[in-house]
Amino acid sequence: MHIPDGFLDGKTIAATGALAAGGVAVALRQVRRQLPPRKVPLLGLAAAFIFAAQMLNFPVAGGTSGHLVGGVLAAVLLGPGAAVVVLTAVLIVQCFLFADGGVTALGANIFNMGVVGGVGGYAIYRVVRRVFTGTRGLVMAAAFAAWCATALSAISCAGQLAFSGTVVWSVAFPAMVNVHLLIGLGEALITALVIVAIARARPALLAATPEEDTSLGYEPVLLFGLLISLGLALFVAPFASSWPDGLEKVAERLGFAEHAADPVLGAPIPDYAVPGISTAGMATALAGLIGTVVVFGLAFVLARVLVPKSAPETS
Amino acid sequence: MRPDFFDRHSRLDSPIHRLPASVKLAAALVMVLGLVMVTAERWPAFVVAGVLLLGVAVASRIPPGFLVKRLLWLEPFVLGVAFLALFQPDGGRVFAVLVTRSTLCLFTMILLSSTTPFADLLDVLRRVRVPALLITTLALMYRYLFVLVAEAERMRRARASRTFTSRRAQLWKSLGTVIGQLFVRSTERAERIYAAMCARGWR
Repeated sequence: MHIPDGFLDGKTIAATGALAAGGVAVALRQVRRQLPPRKVPLLGLAAAFIFAAQMLNFPVAGGTSGHLVGGVLAAVLLGPGAAVVVLTAVLIVQCFLFADGGVTALGANIFNMGVVGGVGGYAIYRVVRRVFTGTRGLVMAAAFAAWCATALSAISCAGQLAFSGTVVWSVAFPAMVNVHLLIGLGEALITALVIVAIARARPALLAATPEEDTSLGYEPVLLFGLLISLGLALFVAPFASSWPDGLEKVAERLGFAEHAADPVLGAPIPDYAVPGISTAGMATALAGLIGTVVVFGLAFVLARVLVPKSAPETS
Repeated sequence: MRPDFFDRHSRLDSPIHRLPASVKLAAALVMVLGLVMVTAERWPAFVVAGVLLLGVAVASRIPPGFLVKRLLWLEPFVLGVAFLALFQPDGGRVFAVLVTRSTLCLFTMILLSSTTPFADLLDVLRRVRVPALLITTLALMYRYLFVLVAEAERMRRARASRTFTSRRAQLWKSLGTVIGQLFVRSTERAERIYAAMCARGWR
């Protein structure tokens, strides 16, 4: 999901840059206030860890492979503020050292994966965690949040591509989101497996985090919430109301409706045969909604399978 | 992968390498921003930029094979996003412009990273008042990046040499364990680093 240089126009670069700078500033402030000095090196090591974890590919169906993004994993292990700092560092190094993800798209990438994925995913994690407790609840909440974060980042990314006038929304939204609804399943499974492995090897690492994070004051929550809603209002809202018309026009002209359906194979709703809904955009949104319910159930089952009943309580 | 694959040539000696890092960073940013602003009608600008970049590449004395390999390695990411542009009115033209523009931007950034050591870039970022906490994080990350990648690779090899299964479920599970272990080791390493930093008078 790293956007390269050349895909965003001037106004999008400025807007995403401002949003990302705001997000990183809020995160740095929160980390400086809450992180004890002895944990400062951990930020750098965690960034190197996320980077190394992203280099380990896992097999997906059909010979292709995927890798972890790690936004929710970092947020669960270190807290949301630290996760934004860590992901920002990862993206800066990938941009300047590896030319992976553009400089002009750095703001967009930090906003999508760090702020929307990390903080937005963490918010979902906390909500689920409130209802489902214990190690099983932890694993389930992290898996579900990882899936949601992947989808949310993809929606934000599609919005930026459309806002730049690079790819029309009616193409970008279904293609990006459907692919990432699938990729999100891998992200959720790996996040769950990693957390189970850490819970088994060093439960103290998981137990230590919640108590440090509950003191996340109202101010960062408010500011992060404001930034995310501002970004979504800017990049996604203008298109969300108008997608059926635009898509119908394009579909008629190019007859691509069948092409666009390709990436959805194996997604929660394999074809767009949802009664009464004919456009890919609407069907994608609906597939997303149904997928959310299904993945929530899957995460619940996954946690029951992975964590034995007698597992030690971590929090 | 060799640990220094990406910025192996950043410490060569050439007129380009000798330029101050701040100049190179500013020039690369101007180049990329300029390329982003160029519209399809003014396509000769792409040719000018291409010639300019080739000139820099020749002057920097970086082996051309290395540059081409890096470019080809990153091109799939560009094509992946540009591919979406094909499914819209006038998609072919948009696709061509996007790929040309992005490839030139990629080339600019590859030249920057292969002529400037990362530590020098960090120094420039510090001088333009990027917060110290972020700089510390970046510096430590760069230092331990290759250590952790090598460690992960070692753990994976150790695991592969002791198990005979290639079942997918097993692969996923062992990957989860490797990444989990990597995090545990990273936190332990961070604690040792903190002790070492304090012993040397940090803060």
